[in-house]
Amino acid sequence: MSTRPRATDGIDLSTTLDGLTLRTPVLAASGTFGAGREAAQFVDLHRIGGIIVKSMTLRPWRGRPTPRMYETPSGMLNAIGIQNKGVDHFIAEDLPWLLRKKATVVASIAGNTVQEFIKIADKLRTGGRGLAAVEINISCPNLEDRDNMFSHSPTATAEVVSGVKRALPKLPVFAKLSPNVTSLTDIAGAALEAGADGLSLINTVFGMAIDVEARRPALAATTGGLSGPAIRPIAVRAVHEVHRAFPHAPIIGQGGITDAHGAIEMLLAGASAVAVGTANFFNPRATIEIAAGIEDYMRRHGVGSVADLVGALKEG
Amino acid sequence: MIVSSGEVLSHRRYGEHYHGITVVAPEIGERVRPGQFVNVLCGRGRAHILRRPFSVHRVHRRGGWAPTIEIVFDVRGPGTAYLAGLRGHESLDMLGPAGRGFALPQRRAHCLLVGGGIGAAPLFFLADELRAAGHRVDFVLGARSADLLLNPIDVRRLASVYRITTEDGSQGTTGRVTDVLEEVIDHCGTEVVYACGPHPMLEAVAAVCGARRLPVQVAVEELMACGWGVCLSCVMPVRTGRGRDAEVSLLRSCTEGPVFNGARVVWDGDAGALPPEQSELAPAGSARRHGGYGGADDEHAPPGN
Repeated sequence: MSTRPRATDGIDLSTTLDGLTLRTPVLAASGTFGAGREAAQFVDLHRIGGIIVKSMTLRPWRGRPTPRMYETPSGMLNAIGIQNKGVDHFIAEDLPWLLRKKATVVASIAGNTVQEFIKIADKLRTGGRGLAAVEINISCPNLEDRDNMFSHSPTATAEVVSGVKRALPKLPVFAKLSPNVTSLTDIAGAALEAGADGLSLINTVFGMAIDVEARRPALAATTGGLSGPAIRPIAVRAVHEVHRAFPHAPIIGQGGITDAHGAIEMLLAGASAVAVGTANFFNPRATIEIAAGIEDYMRRHGVGSVADLVGALKEG
Repeated sequence: MIVSSGEVLSHRRYGEHYHGITVVAPEIGERVRPGQFVNVLCGRGRAHILRRPFSVHRVHRRGGWAPTIEIVFDVRGPGTAYLAGLRGHESLDMLGPAGRGFALPQRRAHCLLVGGGIGAAPLFFLADELRAAGHRVDFVLGARSADLLLNPIDVRRLASVYRITTEDGSQGTTGRVTDVLEEVIDHCGTEVVYACGPHPMLEAVAAVCGARRLPVQVAVEELMACGWGVCLSCVMPVRTGRGRDAEVSLLRSCTEGPVFNGARVVWDGDAGALPPEQSELAPAGSARRHGGYGGADDEHAPPGN
């Protein structure tokens, strides 16, 4: 699976995050590429770094009422509510199709209780052969803790991560952290100590917009997650902060990347790979184009491998 | 569906409010069917990052520049303001043809097209195709006032029988399209109805057709972030399956629509207006909000994702 296509001029775009090797450092972020079927009209799925599929839950979820989306300056708010057909559908329909397309597949999992996460992980242990990794979407309300997000509590984060990791000891497990916390490094530390193989930074930033004519929230859910280039500096800062605190933890940098410049910022800040999200919506070929832009940058700077860029920020 | 760059051939005005842009679009123009739409990038490096969806108003497959496609719009926000400033020879980045269009009748039929405001846009392309296939086309075109009627001159040219309605009585019959609908159906011996416009209008048209067991296809207008099936912003509640398999599914307007069987859409009656500057993110024209069909309460879904 980890064939490493080497460019003729010696530039190697592949990157390794512990046990996860990617053809290019550019993945498609969860919730912006579905399970690849629609995206396959625009990109060869085996040519991108990987696809982090739309989050799956134990049973199908219908998601939030509409309006679910609102465009904001250089970004958008969403409150989709993880509408998905559930883990069984993923195992039966989506995963086999993706593997036939030779895609590198990362399963994103979500739930409302620790047990739900573990049950999904159990199903993936038996039915998820061929998966490259799992990303835990802990930006979900915890029913057992007054609906507080798992990702806002080091304890809840650790419980989910250790439960999932116990169920999937052989698969790289990434915890996707929320930036809406007082101390991101506390949460990151808790996830790593609980057994996370790496971190995805960052999920969307809490936001809200108001229809002033109607004096109503613009989203049916009132608040939503802000994504797009508006949040990129927040994401770069988060990657930098966590990389400095945990230099050996592999990071997938995500948040507002629309071009190679943003992706390279993430790599220099300490990410070993990046995921492109909102940019896919308006440019479904963004994962391919950004990887080409990174290759171009490496050629201009005489850098032979992605690893040489990771955390290569000059400071002080 | 492809990403394609087209050259603007012309920019014209339809009355006081509406703009029409014709684009040289070989790949999209060859493939597009009535009711399908294109997602248009409204400039680069700007604060409005999302594409705007526009149903295709006209297609010209003959002539020196053919095939060309035309989109029509009114200025509602920064994206449409950008488009309104485009002139000939500038390029337009489009993604399309997107969505499922109108199904044409299998055998010759009397077709009634019902359009409200800018929502009437795709019905002109549909009328061209229906006529070319030998079907009879009748037309009811409505708007709040005469200045908001889209291209009534071409409606006269395309339709065997046409009626114009305005809510303020400034042109045609005073009232809404549904006030004249039954009379036109009876007069024309209508066998199939096609409708596009604001959702309350579509709901009312679907109700009239439902009572008469007339097939009705509606093109809906929902907010879209991607327009190609992955963001799940534009879902509509639609009855799917039959018997034991019957359920209300949340279908994506961008890929499973925007044309739906009007008898199967679950109209919830909770319609209101979207913030005006956001409504340009819905394909055919004026958009609406609806809520409360949910099922979300027991799922504690997160605000993001």
